[in-house]
Amino acid sequence: MFVIGERINGMFRSVARAIRERDANAIADLARRQVAGGAHALDINTGPTGEEPAEVMTWLVQTVQEAIDIPLSIDSPKPAVVAAGLRACRGRALINSTTGAQEKLDALLPLAQEFGAGLIALTIDERGIPRNAAARAEIALAIVARAMETGLPTDHLYLDPIVLPVNAAQDQCREALAAMPTFRTLCEPPPHIIIGLSNVSQGTANRSLINRTYLAMAMAAGCDAAILDPLDKDLMDVLRTAGILLNQEIYCDSYLQSQPA
Amino acid sequence: MRESWPGKIFTVTIGATAAEGGTRARTVTVGGHAALPFLPGDAPSPHRPLVAMEVLDAVPPDWPEHLRGPLADVIGAPAEWARQCVDVYGADLICLRLQSPHPDWQDASPDAAAATVRAVLAAVPAPLIIVGCGHADKDNEVWPRVTEAAKGERCLVGVAVPENYKTLVVACLADGHTILAEAPIDVNIQKQLNILITEMGMPPDRIVLHPGNASLGYGLEYEYSIMERIRLAGLQGDKMLAQPMLAIVADEAWKAKEARLPETAMPVWGAAAHRGPAWEAATAAAFLQSGADIVVLLHPESVAAVKRAIADLTAVPAGT
Repeated sequence: MFVIGERINGMFRSVARAIRERDANAIADLARRQVAGGAHALDINTGPTGEEPAEVMTWLVQTVQEAIDIPLSIDSPKPAVVAAGLRACRGRALINSTTGAQEKLDALLPLAQEFGAGLIALTIDERGIPRNAAARAEIALAIVARAMETGLPTDHLYLDPIVLPVNAAQDQCREALAAMPTFRTLCEPPPHIIIGLSNVSQGTANRSLINRTYLAMAMAAGCDAAILDPLDKDLMDVLRTAGILLNQEIYCDSYLQSQPA
Repeated sequence: MRESWPGKIFTVTIGATAAEGGTRARTVTVGGHAALPFLPGDAPSPHRPLVAMEVLDAVPPDWPEHLRGPLADVIGAPAEWARQCVDVYGADLICLRLQSPHPDWQDASPDAAAATVRAVLAAVPAPLIIVGCGHADKDNEVWPRVTEAAKGERCLVGVAVPENYKTLVVACLADGHTILAEAPIDVNIQKQLNILITEMGMPPDRIVLHPGNASLGYGLEYEYSIMERIRLAGLQGDKMLAQPMLAIVADEAWKAKEARLPETAMPVWGAAAHRGPAWEAATAAAFLQSGADIVVLLHPESVAAVKRAIADLTAVPAGT
């Protein structure tokens, strides 16, 4: 299970403050703690900022790279900001994210090609958020087809079936799960399946419990990557345990005490 | 087809030269693999498998005569025995089994065991594997004296088992040795033991795995498949199963009736003198295929055969 830590995001007040004050230590500390918690990659998102976002992205990427050496997920709705992040990135990168919309794909597929980056692709398009699993699969197929035309290896694709908050769109939690197995059959090698996990519990009272329950369900449905909070110990324990139950890791009594793969 | 893996097997060096705080003329290094063994096209292994020869400080009275034969002059003299293994038979390293301290054998003292270790270290330039008698209480008395006698030589010392590992871990940490961790042909227990050992402060690259005891016809396929699972898990990134593996072959191979029965009892099986070595060599050859990094053998004939097999398996094909 590929874990992308979500915490370096300007939407969090403490991160917004660190960005404003260029507090490199605070960012580096957050990066190290997420890696210690089990992150394989870190998402980098400037959040809403009064400054030039490309500049903030560059600073964040450089600051995080000073502290740790793992792949970074460059997270911005603006292709120019994504490009700035990719240019600053020394190691492997992911782009977070494109959608099935032509305009987005036109902008981001070439960037993924140029930088050898993974590409997270949300299964939404010009028509908006799909309402069921079949509509998600239809958009996923269009994204895969475009990637193949462009020559992007299909295992560089991370298809996201769009997880919506359970308190707002309860029926969609199941539709997203149902879409996952269909994504795997679209191409060879199959694309990765990723979720932005915390969205499922947005605005609810039991966030951690809802997150970790949905994570286990998603893993069973074939999800192999997630953007989540690696500082949530209960969540990370469920992630390990689900991996054991899915025969992805060898069981032993003290498996939670060992470093995850 | 070329297969690539996310994980890598730890690299472990046994023995220390003068510059490294020991007295060995040479060291050996195993592991470092990024693929399954001997697959042309996959990542080549940086270190070939090694042949260790077993030296016992006491042999049982019913030891098979065909095993005694070539070793007759050195039985009872471990230092001479070790020298013969290195000088005459070309052993890569020596596996000294300290059997005499066992209460049911000679109940030898820890000091006597330590003296044997010193004598063997002085006799050969090769790195040393040291294995206890298997009696937990006595091993726990012997190990600290033995590791101290070999301080700084970076020996591989064992065997740590789930029921008895703490004293050995402490002794190996104190005197700079690597630990041999044994599980009873059980991948789950092997992983558990490795976690417990590392939790005591032993780095994961100072552990070598001994995944059990079996021989051809007597559980070989179980040990083979467990070794294979361990190696696959290690290559998939499980650091608690990413250690090099060792197989002690001779002990089990010479227990097989095929290795022991005289020709008078079973004429159709052919010459008894060759059956034991063949049983050792065939068992070792299988373990090499499942990922063994060190095979421990007794008979010079099987050593020669296994060394030939390793040379053939690791030879670079013409035209590549």
